[in-house]
Amino acid sequence: MYKIAVMGAYDSIYGFAALGLDTFPVSDIQEGEKLLRRIAEGDYAVIYITEALAADLKHEISRYQEQVIPAIIQIPGVSGNTGAGITGVKKSVEQAVGSDILFGGD
Amino acid sequence: MAATQVNPTRMELTRQKKKLATARKGHKLLKDKRDELMRQFLDLVRENMALRQKVEAGIQAANKNFVVAKAGMSEETLHTALMAPKQEVYLETDKKNVMSVDIPVFEYKTRTADENDIYSYGFAFTSSDLDDAVKSLADVLPEMLRLAEAEKACQLMAAEIEKTRRRVNALEHVIIPQAQANIKYITMKLDENERSTQIRLMKVKDMMLEETHHYKEKQAAKAQ
Repeated sequence: MYKIAVMGAYDSIYGFAALGLDTFPVSDIQEGEKLLRRIAEGDYAVIYITEALAADLKHEISRYQEQVIPAIIQIPGVSGNTGAGITGVKKSVEQAVGSDILFGGD
Repeated sequence: MAATQVNPTRMELTRQKKKLATARKGHKLLKDKRDELMRQFLDLVRENMALRQKVEAGIQAANKNFVVAKAGMSEETLHTALMAPKQEVYLETDKKNVMSVDIPVFEYKTRTADENDIYSYGFAFTSSDLDDAVKSLADVLPEMLRLAEAEKACQLMAAEIEKTRRRVNALEHVIIPQAQANIKYITMKLDENERSTQIRLMKVKDMMLEETHHYKEKQAAKAQ
């Protein structure tokens, strides 16, 4: 039985606690790296991470890209949408097709 | 000329022919795999994009609601209200095999069936804005899970497509032409050997006939 984790700045994620997801507030990057590693190796199948934090933990996140579990998914934080999530989708199109033929115009 | 040195023997020729046949078959299969993966990937990635846009809009709306809720009450009250959640979400995971790519399938279960259990606080000391905020976030949760599924599947499939494409290209542009060149080289070499053997035999026959019948001496005698 797996659980769902949410990582990010406290202000961006405290609401998810009410829904029953496990929230992990992160304030500095190094602590975040360690935390992500611990969560990814724990019983979490899905890890939602705010775009702002994900930008700092790119290296750690890419390690789990090829594994089926956990799925690390970027979500916008309270400070707004950086577009990193959309860029991620475009990137996978680019990886598969060679160039972004679907969403290039957006 | 072949890029690598091969022995021009019949055994090597058979081996190269077998290699070519296998490479051709593999190439066809991999190409089919790539095409099918690509078709499924394009469908999935469109869904992924749509879901992402929906989820991002949903979360942003929810975040706005939370900001409003936070404005209406003290921070301590807010923290206390959300400190001990009643509800818990579990995931049942399964794997689905799509063209040899394992993609995850998530099914979520809540600890209690009551959907009002997302309000983990008494209503007396919190503003109603918080209820709205929590509700709006709960509404996006099923889509967030779909997003997680779709996005992970897209990432895995993209990696697999890239790998398959490389293999197809390697077979098409390296392995198959190389085998063909080797086969050509060996057949040419063997033919050449056969011709030279034949010529040698003819020459030997001439020499042997000459030795027994002395044609040249007789011809010389006739001329005198």
